Amino acid sequence: MQKKSTYDRRGFLLGSTAIAGATAAGALLPAGTALAQQGKLKVGLMLPYTGTYAQLGVAITNGFKLAIEERGGKLGGREIEYFTVDDESNPAKAPENVNKLVQRDKVDVVIGTVHSGVVMGMAKVLKESGTLWINPNGGAGAMTGAACAPNFFRTSFSNWQTTHALGKVLKAKGHKNAVFITWKYAAGEEMMEGFKEGFEKEGGKLTKELYVPFPQVEFQALLTEIASIKPDAVVAFFAGGGAAKFLKDYQAAGLKGKIPLYGSGFLTDGVLDAVGDAGEGVETTLHYADGLDTKKDKAFRLAYAKAFKLQPDVYAVQGYDAGQLLAAGLDGVKGNVANKVGVIKAMEAAKIDSPRGTWTLSKAHNPVQDMYLRKVVGKENKVQGVAWKALADPARGCKA
Amino acid sequence: MDFAFFLIQLLNGLQYGLLLFLVASGLTLVFGIMGIINLAHGSFYMVGAYLAWSLSSMTDSLVAAILLAVPLTVILGMALERLLFRHLYQRDHLYQVLLTYGLILVFEELRSIIWGDDVHGVAVPALLNASIPLTDNLSYPVYRLAISGVCMLLAAGLYFLIQKTRLGMMIRAGASNRDMVQSLGIDIKLIYTLVFALGVALAAFAGMINAPLSSVTPNMGSQVLIICFVVVVIGGIGSVKGAMAASLMIGLAETFGQVLVPEVAGMIVYVLMAIVLVWRPEGLFGKA
Repeated sequence: MQKKSTYDRRGFLLGSTAIAGATAAGALLPAGTALAQQGKLKVGLMLPYTGTYAQLGVAITNGFKLAIEERGGKLGGREIEYFTVDDESNPAKAPENVNKLVQRDKVDVVIGTVHSGVVMGMAKVLKESGTLWINPNGGAGAMTGAACAPNFFRTSFSNWQTTHALGKVLKAKGHKNAVFITWKYAAGEEMMEGFKEGFEKEGGKLTKELYVPFPQVEFQALLTEIASIKPDAVVAFFAGGGAAKFLKDYQAAGLKGKIPLYGSGFLTDGVLDAVGDAGEGVETTLHYADGLDTKKDKAFRLAYAKAFKLQPDVYAVQGYDAGQLLAAGLDGVKGNVANKVGVIKAMEAAKIDSPRGTWTLSKAHNPVQDMYLRKVVGKENKVQGVAWKALADPARGCKA
Repeated sequence: MDFAFFLIQLLNGLQYGLLLFLVASGLTLVFGIMGIINLAHGSFYMVGAYLAWSLSSMTDSLVAAILLAVPLTVILGMALERLLFRHLYQRDHLYQVLLTYGLILVFEELRSIIWGDDVHGVAVPALLNASIPLTDNLSYPVYRLAISGVCMLLAAGLYFLIQKTRLGMMIRAGASNRDMVQSLGIDIKLIYTLVFALGVALAAFAGMINAPLSSVTPNMGSQVLIICFVVVVIGGIGSVKGAMAASLMIGLAETFGQVLVPEVAGMIVYVLMAIVLVWRPEGLFGKA
């Protein structure tokens, strides 16, 4: 038991090289003795391994491989062979990079990626090639919206989902109007739309949409604007360094404690060490949280920490679920990945027992999942409850 | 917008402008006066911020961190000039672009190896960690005002150094005719080393004192680089006065742009630059 759950990268690499050697030898045997069914499943990982999102790429890879290891390193009875491409979060190189996996390596399934712009670049190529695709992060609405396709799957979120539930939350707190502030780029605008729709449905009024040019982090002018508008609440989406600076500036401008701050969960994920007490009490919605305290989550956190000497985050969960979803697909066809329709059917029907809670896929292949209300307490995004049970992305424009 | 808020936005604009000047001042010196296109300026800014973060977490004091880090960055600047930049003065600008672009990649990678890819924050020094209430729900951080003060002092110091001192005279003379200055018996190589080191130190210093305001993150340098070039180009190449005027103009334009015409806020700075360049191709205070 103890031995089985220990996972170390070197051992894994050694193992896979040995297997690679074995198949190379196998290729020399007369064709008749080769067993097509037992060939290895080719999994292409297209993720950022350098640049700003490098850590996210690593977390997703770790999560994915953990899910595979838990199944004895096999899916549907087949060994896995990994092909890796660093997408550098560069949308301009997305088609070229994904083609390395699809055309050169002829992978059976592509896993990727973090950056929404790269996701949309991948979508073009993968729609044409029809290769099975599981996206473990990038929340671009179009992937499971106007650009959706039978071979496209997502195990993370749509941008719309991460803020939609906030409307209900604000209403419950008695806020009648709010201001939304974010970067002026696709993800920011999609999150703004998600919130606006949810809040207006509850009878709330979005007084003003404030935009900061991406990726600028000078917020002073707009914070002054917020002070002069005096809304009941402020809702924000920024991420990474921008989020850390926004939280600090919000506090320094004296707005914290006077106008309550809410946000998409990414506002407070991975930045709490950097902001001191500026995040304290900020409430956000996301599909994962600290302190969920379910059996599955506890087991996952323990196994992940043991294997990688790191604490898992929401990205690791999304990667883990990408592995689980693929497993469900291959189990459904007993490893015969050539039966693509069968794999897709099995994945569509899967009920994923995730650390975040059980979820299923929508018709457009985006998770239908519980959105948690979280509150920053110390260095954690503590779960407060479920803000929206089984929230599904509306998948506008998806005709596939 | 009522009058009180108009005044506060004016303050925001000026304060942001001064901050821009601080960040761009090193570039004004190196690009404007020495004529080197230094794309790695943003990297020095990032190095400064990371040094401030790592040293202040060791010493528990931002002031101590800055006192330790500034000499380090001067040494870094001198070493880079001696080993690399010295060989490129006589060459085409393209070589400088290639070298400094390469340096960006090198510094990003070094940063990743030494400090990792995390986002960090630096605490505001306790003495300055207060806010002055302006309206019932808005207050102004004292640290921002303190930085504005430092920026003004630096601007005055730079202006004095370049326009009023003997060293400044030699720097200016070297910029317009290097060979002549050398044949007059002035050690122009040493002067260039010093000026370049000063430029690096200024960029890094900007990163250090700005660290508590802007969090310390990977790629933070590339975000300031473009705006720095805009400042130097609008102000006129080689003019400290011009850089100051341009910084304030941009600060105000951005602040009021974001509030009054949010849809096009991202463009305003560049539109401003285009207008200035059509009107005065050599920049506000540049010499044609």
